[in-house]
Amino acid sequence: MSIIDSAKQTAQGLVMGALQKLVPLAPDSWIPGGVPDPLIARKHGLIGTPVSRLDGPLKVSGGAAFSAEYRFENMAYAALAYATIARGRVTAIDSAAAEAAPGVVLVMTHRNAPRMKTPAMFGTSGSAVGPDTVPILQDDKVHWNGQPIACVLAETQEQADHAASLLRFTYAELPAVTALAAAKAKGVEQGLFMGQPLRNEIGDAEAALAAAPHKVDRRYTTPRHNHNPIEPHAATLAWIDGVLVIHDASQMVAQQAQTMAEVFGLKADKVRLTSPYVGGGFGSKGLWEHQVIAAAAAKLAGRPVRIALSREGVYRVVGGRTLTEQRVAIGAAADGRFTALIHTGLSVMTPHNAMPEPFILGTRSAYAVPNIALNVDVARMQTLANTFMRAPGEAVGTFALESAIDELAGELNIDPVELRIRNEPDKDPTSGLPFSSRHIVTAWRQGAERFGWRDRPETATRREGEWRIGMGCATGTYPYYRMPGAKARLTLTRDGDAVRASVEVAAAEMGMGTGTTTAIVAAERLGLPLDRVEVGYGDSAIPGAIMAGGSQQTAAIGAAVIAAHNALTAKLLKLAGNDSPLAGLSAKEVGSDSGGLASLDDPAQRESYASILKRAGRDSIEVTEAGSPPLEFMHWSMHSHSALFCEVGVNDVTGEVRVRRFLGSFDCGRILNPRTAASQFRGGIVMGLGMALMEETQFDERSGRIMNPSLAEYHVPVHLDVPEIDVIWTDIPDPHTPMGAHGIGEIGITGVAAAVANAVHNATGRRIRDLPITLDKLL
Amino acid sequence: MTPFDYARAGDVADALRMGAIEGTAFLGGGTNLVDLMRETVARPARLIDVSGLSDRIEETPDGGLRIGAGVRNTALAEHAAVRSRYPVLARAILAGASAQIRNMATVGGNLLQRTRCTYFYDTDGSRCNKRVVGSGCDARGGFNRIHAVLGASDACVATHPSDMCVALAALDAVVQVEGPAGARAIAFDAFHRLPGDRPDLDTILAPGELIVAVELPANPLAAHSTYRKVRDRASYAFALISVAAALSIEEGRIADVRIAFGGVAHKPWRAVKAEAALKGQVPDDALFRAAAAAEFADAQPLRDNGFKPLLAQRTLAAVLGELTTGAAA
Amino acid sequence: MSLIINGVAVAPPADPRVSLLDHLRETLHLTGTKKGCNQGACGACTVLADGERILSCLALAVQYDGRSITTIEGVGQAGALHPLQQAFIDHDGFQCGYCTPGQICSALGMMMEAKRGLPSNVTSDLTAAVTLDRAEVQERMSGNLCRCGAHNGIIDAIRLSVEAAA
Repeated sequence: MSIIDSAKQTAQGLVMGALQKLVPLAPDSWIPGGVPDPLIARKHGLIGTPVSRLDGPLKVSGGAAFSAEYRFENMAYAALAYATIARGRVTAIDSAAAEAAPGVVLVMTHRNAPRMKTPAMFGTSGSAVGPDTVPILQDDKVHWNGQPIACVLAETQEQADHAASLLRFTYAELPAVTALAAAKAKGVEQGLFMGQPLRNEIGDAEAALAAAPHKVDRRYTTPRHNHNPIEPHAATLAWIDGVLVIHDASQMVAQQAQTMAEVFGLKADKVRLTSPYVGGGFGSKGLWEHQVIAAAAAKLAGRPVRIALSREGVYRVVGGRTLTEQRVAIGAAADGRFTALIHTGLSVMTPHNAMPEPFILGTRSAYAVPNIALNVDVARMQTLANTFMRAPGEAVGTFALESAIDELAGELNIDPVELRIRNEPDKDPTSGLPFSSRHIVTAWRQGAERFGWRDRPETATRREGEWRIGMGCATGTYPYYRMPGAKARLTLTRDGDAVRASVEVAAAEMGMGTGTTTAIVAAERLGLPLDRVEVGYGDSAIPGAIMAGGSQQTAAIGAAVIAAHNALTAKLLKLAGNDSPLAGLSAKEVGSDSGGLASLDDPAQRESYASILKRAGRDSIEVTEAGSPPLEFMHWSMHSHSALFCEVGVNDVTGEVRVRRFLGSFDCGRILNPRTAASQFRGGIVMGLGMALMEETQFDERSGRIMNPSLAEYHVPVHLDVPEIDVIWTDIPDPHTPMGAHGIGEIGITGVAAAVANAVHNATGRRIRDLPITLDKLL
Repeated sequence: MTPFDYARAGDVADALRMGAIEGTAFLGGGTNLVDLMRETVARPARLIDVSGLSDRIEETPDGGLRIGAGVRNTALAEHAAVRSRYPVLARAILAGASAQIRNMATVGGNLLQRTRCTYFYDTDGSRCNKRVVGSGCDARGGFNRIHAVLGASDACVATHPSDMCVALAALDAVVQVEGPAGARAIAFDAFHRLPGDRPDLDTILAPGELIVAVELPANPLAAHSTYRKVRDRASYAFALISVAAALSIEEGRIADVRIAFGGVAHKPWRAVKAEAALKGQVPDDALFRAAAAAEFADAQPLRDNGFKPLLAQRTLAAVLGELTTGAAA
Repeated sequence: MSLIINGVAVAPPADPRVSLLDHLRETLHLTGTKKGCNQGACGACTVLADGERILSCLALAVQYDGRSITTIEGVGQAGALHPLQQAFIDHDGFQCGYCTPGQICSALGMMMEAKRGLPSNVTSDLTAAVTLDRAEVQERMSGNLCRCGAHNGIIDAIRLSVEAAA
């Protein structure tokens, strides 16, 4: 190549680069024929560059204030008393000693609590986030063992706790269903999730199974789990001039404020809820009884209140993941192709909520099978309402499905990775929709290579001293979601010859890195350096409603920021007027670049944001827009995937299992911030290791009482349990999502328990189908 | 927490004088007592802080060690003589709790740790004879994975949670006590009780009596000892079972042996039957298993802990195998 | 007598029930020390007492009268971070940040313990010098729970800080 040719190419490259750097207005639609988010094409910007979390310095120095760390003048401290029967009525309350105890401000029971509406249960409307249908301190009825039945306010926490311990209750007990066998005997119902039956039938799965030359048909069980964020649930709140101000720990600030307003008969703007930092949530940091009780007590006592649940209190008031009993049956031809897939079973909920563990969700789109039967039945028990916990459904459903695949692979003598790849579907097998983005085979191939899967030993053949060593793999899966209701407020403020941008979203930051990622995406979209962008979140005063749930927050914010950016551009062009170099251009003809707007056709035709504002005599400009309706689901089956590899050692003497190596190979669209994304993946995997090996909420079937409400007796992994976890990703953008990204908060936990169980089988020849895999099951 | 008065004892006499009043409890590092008070399992009216007393580790004239009751767990595990002459003790301590708790907990307090039975802790919602004598035991028909298989009673199936005490049981330690009736020395195996019909009493300490020291007798055997703990996660969990063992071999036969189990009974369980089965024998795996089987012949498993005898048997065999290999080398 | 908190003398609480943790958080408004379980099971409340790591939730404040306590606020502040705090940021050794102050205080105490030769449960030779390999750091930090799953980042941050200090 001549020097001239080379120079030409370089020049062309520069021009192309400059063009590519311009971010034209993103298409505010995700329908077929729509143009992918232009940020997807921008390969060398902030997106994809590791950025340390922006709240890091505050968090490592103890300067980030969590909900129980706000203060009000004259604040009283709350303590709760909990019912000790599973069902019945409180017939007498002896509160004399408590009321006489030093420092006591108020003893509140159903007898003197203010009248309140029952919080509307989650899912009954767009903003409803109540845990169940149980009235809160409005009557004498007891619905579960552990239900709060009284609240004491005192000058100090010590005084409140002591006074609460002096309360004595007399009950009239009613028969309660607290044993699984009894619940089943009473009959089961069709499980519904988001109002839809958890049921799919395609072809005749039972007949195909019966006719299949190779098959497995197994039963798997998973116990109750608790989220156990290290920050216990707490709220510090006050009634100030008719406004209920709540500093809470919340994954859903706007919805929680709205529901609280309804409980107390207030207009929505009369509740202000802030939650800038959340000390872990995993599905649990929502509205439960304690915030309502504290607000009622504050109202009654005329004092601000801090309610900080004890660890036991969290187990009594905040529901966890419910148990499952699952059957997975797979029929296959000799070449390994599946002919039948049955995934059915039972989950448990309560008479007062509507949340079965939807363990078939991940199975719906997993494998190409002509005959499919999926179903979740539900039985009801008198317990605290169960709820969403990280990857509700998929976390435990993949344990059963992916264990069964491994069992079938053994049966067929086909490598389990190859067996999965052989059954890769070309469209969603239950909905028939095309996949928006599915590169799981790439993830499998890359993961297997990096992990050294080819070195997997024959079953129960590898030993190192006392330890039997084995490898296992499994697929993880979680859908892409985007919920409606998100808004973004964008503000540009002039700062000399430059501008600062503020992006405000009613989102929650529990450590996922949302604040940092939102800043990265907004900076990139606005064509501003990262340090010129500030992100506001965790405040119900911010417009819109965004939930840190369903791994959808990043997409919801992304779409809202796109809409706001579009509106901002239009507004800026109007402001720029006829004296601007941009004069005559429409919003569709310009993009953001280097602190201003520029023509897409001729980047030299441009004006900076600061110049536009200055000429217009404005200090700032602000827009608020809602994200487009999430229509993408109507056209595509949208999911994230992972290929997981695990190596365990199983002690031949004691049965102890130690995970020695773990690799997660993820296919989750484009990764926005590799640093925080890697942590999200690892965090999910660690929780999956806990689920695999040690986690179980001990529910006493005689009393309906949780017996290990403690971090000493409910085991979560400690440092020594966690090996070095390798994470890689395909980084292939999904053309049908904002930024090409998928949410990644929940995919990490899915498939992990199966990968561990499969590795345990490879090490020992023992198949454990009942979680957790404790040492006694391997002796 | 029920209100209480707090005072620091200046010396043992001071502590005994203040401790003589009913409703008084002695406070060491607080790692168990403060937790129990917060759960209202313990409701002392007065706390006498003895954590500042007797925090010395001294050589005794007969070549053993005298450990002050106020010595912190970390300091004991760290002591050079303990690491070299009583490794089982250092290892047992280091296997227990977390570094923070070991920095706080005292030797005296460790002996007085109370069970982790969750029904014992559940003051509001469960029956427990250890908490309220005669109220009943909800553990027997409930979650009892961590509970006793040896020496339990109808009234109580709880286990003693300490790791350190298992080593002390194997080492023939002596508990030095002072009280209103004077001083006495209690053999370690006699210090903790089996539950019988009084599971509220974990030890034979009389009201007002204070542990002032623990003495380790000189024993060359102790230098060849170890501790193995089996639990549900890799660290920071109470034992499902644990084994403390010391062993010497002469002319190819087991000359002397000490074994104690943790996690199997209401007290650290000195395995005298296993020791008897081993002494004078040629060591091999079958012998070890038979010795353990002898110890657990009378085991009475509950709903959730049926694995313990087998686990204890296997773990003991592995520990003795390791000690034998070391002794031979 | 008084408690010395980050070099400042403060009065002990009048109510002996008040834990060192609650005294820090509710009386002194030093909320960097976190309450995770209040039962000695999570390590979030770890502070240094005369340089040794302890659980402030199980410590009655009156019992620490006369002792010198260092909390995360005394370790370093935003703008003037301790190298270990910066290492936690660089290695993403946290997500929600709630266990973080306890992890950092615990790690500082752990480094001192290792320096003076204290063995751990995974030390093979009880009488040899301590080498803080990965398993040693993991075991010694196991009293600090993290539910977000930042374990890899935490251990990396500590190990690199140990190496840098050596």
